[in-house]
Amino acid sequence: MTGFTNLGPHAAFIVAAYAAALAVIISLIAWVLADHAAQRRLLADLEARGVSRRSDKEAA
Amino acid sequence: MALIDLANPTRFLSATARVLPWLAIATAIAFAVGLYLVWSAPDDYQQGATVKIMFIHVPNAWLAMAVWAVMSIASIGTLVWRHPLADVAAKAAVPLGAAFTFLALLTGSLWGRPMWGTYWVWDARLTSVLVLFLMYLGVLALSRTVDDPSRAGRAAAILTLVGAINLPIIKFSVDWWNTLHQPASVFRASGPAIDPSILTPLLVMALAFMLLFVTLHLAAMRNEILRRRVRTMWLMQAHAAS
Amino acid sequence: MTAFLALLQRDTRLAIRIGGGALMGVLFFLIVVTLVPFAVGPDLAQLRRIGPAILWVGALLASLLTLDRLLAADHEDGSLDLLLMGTTPLELVVLTKAAAHWITSCLPLVIATPLLGLFLNLEPLAIGAVALTLLAGTPALTCIGLIGAALSVALRRGGLLLPLLVLPLTVPVLIFGVAASNAAIAGPTSFGAPFMILCALSLGSLVLGPFAAAAALRHGLE
Repeated sequence: MTGFTNLGPHAAFIVAAYAAALAVIISLIAWVLADHAAQRRLLADLEARGVSRRSDKEAA
Repeated sequence: MALIDLANPTRFLSATARVLPWLAIATAIAFAVGLYLVWSAPDDYQQGATVKIMFIHVPNAWLAMAVWAVMSIASIGTLVWRHPLADVAAKAAVPLGAAFTFLALLTGSLWGRPMWGTYWVWDARLTSVLVLFLMYLGVLALSRTVDDPSRAGRAAAILTLVGAINLPIIKFSVDWWNTLHQPASVFRASGPAIDPSILTPLLVMALAFMLLFVTLHLAAMRNEILRRRVRTMWLMQAHAAS
Repeated sequence: MTAFLALLQRDTRLAIRIGGGALMGVLFFLIVVTLVPFAVGPDLAQLRRIGPAILWVGALLASLLTLDRLLAADHEDGSLDLLLMGTTPLELVVLTKAAAHWITSCLPLVIATPLLGLFLNLEPLAIGAVALTLLAGTPALTCIGLIGAALSVALRRGGLLLPLLVLPLTVPVLIFGVAASNAAIAGPTSFGAPFMILCALSLGSLVLGPFAAAAALRHGLE
């Protein structure tokens, strides 16, 4: 069991690789969540202004 | 509920809303298990601890190709079967696939520096993945430049399918191109037979990344559906105002 | 001053959008640099020798790509006529547009140079030299390109004519840019001499470009 205590002479590269992966994954998750919030906000805004979609009207 | 019912965007939204939290939890668990296995994996007798980079590099390389395959199937769905959500699926997958390809290139480069002494070498595999990355960027640019979503979807579908044909051609031709000029350094692929103590973490990490893609993909598809609703409502509002 | 900033902000915002010049320029740069090893072969030693030249040609072509839209887009929707009729001096207007072009199209190229230098197996010193010469030389590319854009703005197929007009004029910039980079890497000659000339070309074109472009616009759009 080596763990993270002894990563050998090239530890910097290993850490950099995992850090990059973490950064990319977090960015993707953040993008998806932020996009969702933005679209929800725009939809709520439009609905507040009284615009509605055809299917919403049919369902109501 | 048959699969065809999911073609209705509203039903798709409600179905994925239920499934998404579970997928997210499954992804987190898979990564937790995977990282534990990576942590406890032994060092490779040739490469030492840097073999741990492989546990990120290889799953992302696999996903880079797999996501293009998903996009290709979705593109066939758009062009041939006219499935309503096919172009949504395709468009949502592109940034994810590009990100995984980028990670594969970056981690591969970080693995290459200590192993071969150089960040980059123009060998067949690296070059064809770089070309794949450029094609992802091309589809990304195309699908966001055309305003109308369905026209953009059809254009992107054509480009994706052409790219799918092009990928084996590139791989084949770059193999041939590279053997005409002997490469400067001898590149040895990931060791001899893969021992279970290395194989298991690899497969678990691959599963984790795959679950991550499925989760993010469904979430991105939901966002795209909402985005199109916003656009429709904007257009209706503008039409009503005029 | 506010007119200058307003125009700068507008042009920058337009270029940063997905279909705009900033992203496309960098991607084109990346593609060109990727293409060269396909043609020349993957021998890293050879790529290292011609690396600065590849980067300079790539940057030159990439900055050329977006020059077309610099004035033509405004001409199409009529805002160029508004700018011509306004109170701000036309020379300042075109200089502002050149500044926006440099910030959004050329500066990303300079920033992308280290990454592409890695692809071409350049050492850090070489990468630094190329990036510095690009930083100093791209204003010249923008301002010379401005002249070509102004000359071809009113033409229907002006976009095709533009490279033909601009490229010969940019040859001195290319020569001194590559000379300075190579001198920094392996030179008996000093880096300073060609670099100074490169800076002089940039400063000169910063003055000449707007005046020539403004004159070309006035005559071309009468």
